[in-house]
Amino acid sequence: MHNNYIYILVMFGVSFLIRVLPLTLIRKEIKNVTVRSFLYYVPYVTLAVMTFPAIMHATAEPLAGLAALVIGIVVAWFGGGLFPTAIICSLTVFVLEHFI
Amino acid sequence: MKTENKRWFLKGLKNGVPIAAGYFAVSFALGFTAGNAGLTVFQATLASLLCNASAGEYAGFTVIASKAGYVTMAVITAIVNARYLLMSAALSQKLPEDTKLSHRLLVGFWITDEIFGASVTVPGKLNPFYNYGLAICSLSFWALGTGSGVIVGNIVPPDIVSALGVLLYGMFLAIIIPPARDDIIVRVLVFLSMAASLICSKLPFISGLSDGTRIIILTVIISGAAAVLFPVRDSEDTEVKEIEKALNTENSGEMREDSTSYLKNEIKEAKNA
Repeated sequence: MHNNYIYILVMFGVSFLIRVLPLTLIRKEIKNVTVRSFLYYVPYVTLAVMTFPAIMHATAEPLAGLAALVIGIVVAWFGGGLFPTAIICSLTVFVLEHFI
Repeated sequence: MKTENKRWFLKGLKNGVPIAAGYFAVSFALGFTAGNAGLTVFQATLASLLCNASAGEYAGFTVIASKAGYVTMAVITAIVNARYLLMSAALSQKLPEDTKLSHRLLVGFWITDEIFGASVTVPGKLNPFYNYGLAICSLSFWALGTGSGVIVGNIVPPDIVSALGVLLYGMFLAIIIPPARDDIIVRVLVFLSMAASLICSKLPFISGLSDGTRIIILTVIISGAAAVLFPVRDSEDTEVKEIEKALNTENSGEMREDSTSYLKNEIKEAKNA
């Protein structure tokens, strides 16, 4: 029989180690231009990969997710900011799935 | 607390509000999964307080639901959260070199996609107290939402769940699209990343890998190729980069070096003033 607390402890231990190892081991500024550039591009690539096509699986109707993606890009492009962009994406899906 | 630290902490609390709202909604949905996996309200809240990860926790709850072994849990958690390894490495370059171990541990513990996105884009060096403000504001709602999700269970209608589910992606878009608008390389990379991600989710074999593994593979390949093809000379100061780009067309060689460092000093002085 497995214990939920041990499961949670394992989840915590592994995710903690992954997050702190580079921060504690890499003390010096990395001079290598390629490594620096790699780390500069990482957030954009990761977030883009995570967003699409996953946004289409987050909704009951994939097309509603696609619409949220397009509208979210437009709103963010024109400086919508974190919270407004998220809310407008959410409302898009709600309106499309609820009324159409 | 030193005034500078206090200022960054308060700034973090304030900028954490939209993240907190998104987290509350998304973690609510995560709470349904936790409840279905057989976790109590306390256990689900505890898991969120300790793990601070959407995809990571979701995968973990799936493992608990299937009653798989602890080793399976460790491996899956490592794969799904592996992107934090890269984010942690990126943040190690953002913190001042003399940052104490305790601060490094705490900044690391609270790395999430959104906190990383908000803190890594700060101009110049990063004050860890900014991360603490962001984390305390947003992650308390993350834990609160997870617990509430377990309580409410499945009584929320599916169209609300759908609508809440895209909140997180809306926030991702708000982080990546403005830099993509301003920098053509980032724009092309974002587009390529989404296209590659779609293709990989359809291809035989690759589509069989877990989402976390696909994210890692694509991130390493695309960012790596971009770093080799389009090296960034100074990833810290985007203003300097812009000026440098403009100068690129006019001057060349050593001339450019001199004017760039001169302009960089000027910008620094302007910021201090």
